[in-house]
Amino acid sequence: MQRQPPVIAIDNLTKTYDGRAGQVVALSNVSLEISPGEFISLIGPSGCGKSTLMRLIGDLTQPSTGSITIKGKTPTRARQDRDYGIVFQAPVLYDWRTVQRNVELPLEIMGQGRSERGRRSAEMLKLVGLSEFDQAYPRQLSGGMQQRVAIARALVFAPSILLMDEPFGALDELTRERMQGELLDIWARTNATVIFVTHSIPEAVFLSDRVVVMSPRPGRIEAIIPIDLPRPRDTLTREDPHFFALATEVRERLRHS
Amino acid sequence: MAIAQANLKHMSPAARGRAFAWRWGPALATLLLVLVLWEAGVRFFHIAIYLLPPPSLIAARLLERGTFLLGIGLYTFEEALFGFIIGCTLGAVVAVLSVRWRWIAHGLLPFAVASNAVPIIALAPLVGIWFGSTTQVSKIVIVAIMTFFPTLLNTHRGLLSPAPEALELMHSYAATSTQSFLKLRVPAALPFLFNALKISATLSIIGAIVSEFFGGPLKALGVYITSQAGIGHYAEAWAAIVVACGLGIAFYLVIVVAERLVMPWQTAHEG
Repeated sequence: MQRQPPVIAIDNLTKTYDGRAGQVVALSNVSLEISPGEFISLIGPSGCGKSTLMRLIGDLTQPSTGSITIKGKTPTRARQDRDYGIVFQAPVLYDWRTVQRNVELPLEIMGQGRSERGRRSAEMLKLVGLSEFDQAYPRQLSGGMQQRVAIARALVFAPSILLMDEPFGALDELTRERMQGELLDIWARTNATVIFVTHSIPEAVFLSDRVVVMSPRPGRIEAIIPIDLPRPRDTLTREDPHFFALATEVRERLRHS
Repeated sequence: MAIAQANLKHMSPAARGRAFAWRWGPALATLLLVLVLWEAGVRFFHIAIYLLPPPSLIAARLLERGTFLLGIGLYTFEEALFGFIIGCTLGAVVAVLSVRWRWIAHGLLPFAVASNAVPIIALAPLVGIWFGSTTQVSKIVIVAIMTFFPTLLNTHRGLLSPAPEALELMHSYAATSTQSFLKLRVPAALPFLFNALKISATLSIIGAIVSEFFGGPLKALGVYITSQAGIGHYAEAWAAIVVACGLGIAFYLVIVVAERLVMPWQTAHEG
């Protein structure tokens, strides 16, 4: 896996912005290479710049110095090529669209025909287990179901990179664990590279190929911990002693920071 | 939770009837009680007709002069409607322009906000001088001014209401600004627009009637109310007021129905 050319290459990235008390360094000298199809978690306390890093990759904000290369392109170019699917902590569904039409939104923007949209959205809704809710409105669904719709919407145009900013942060623990399992199932059926921002240690360890531990003031990479738990992972994985060992390692690196 | 509420649609007709009665029965009862107390009070205390005619007398006048009253009501409603259409359309259009060009917003919105505190209706005599106090035009102008500002303010707020993340999604799909405007800002603004239309519907009737107080032909509702009250025909004046209330409520309800038709998602979760 590591032999392939990286899908995302981050080189000496720094991001500063003007805060009330002068310049704030959100990210300092961050370098990272991510392989195609890798599942990467960014973990760290508030203010460590993990969301900023995700947003820089996704061309939602611009770096101060340093560079990001996505499949040999600039992030802006990659965005224009529709390389990114994004899931935020809030589902951010459009209230006035049914579930189906929410999932079809990106295809609509990209000018796909009605029948193709219908086929792809039906496929995605089946994948996230919401086929029978296609005509419901978002506010008629629970938080977990809404977030599933958001995931379906992010994947419907088969983007090569999936950016997720604490997507399960607002869910209760049980729903959260179920959603993590579902996300791995879905990911296994796509070739997407995932950047997953979280502050939950078990979540990062359960999902990832590598966990990037970040530390604040200024935001930087503290450690990169490979997670060599076998896949497919399931409930038993969470009870594996090696899972606990890895979680402990992440926790210690976090405490160090 | 919300899904359980949606089951309301699947209730039996009898159960739906009962639910309807429980929902609207108390309001109907209140109305009847007020009318009965009013009638009884006027008779029992021998209240003079010029102070307060009994509802039965007002109802009698309404029946006698129904066609005539409806006619003058529609004359006034015409002013309200045209003023409403002009004011609300301009308000919505200027709101769209002011989202596109911020300096328009900066130039106009402070005055739109201030207009909430200004009794625009006080301009009526002057507008009458400009456009002719007996014409419908002067009333239409007043109504248009009264409805313009709330529509501008609300629509502008609605167009700016989408969360940053909702806009970032559009950005990540490489949507054009026209696409994000039409597929995100406009639908997000609809609830705000309809709020403005409801406020404006009420304002337009008030504006038309009150500006008629300052002049107009006898076939206008506002003129009729002042003239009948002036010559001691109090029940007639009251009957005209009832017609004015009916028009205001009807106009408002039309907007509510339109709102439900245009935005089915708003009611889908209320059951």
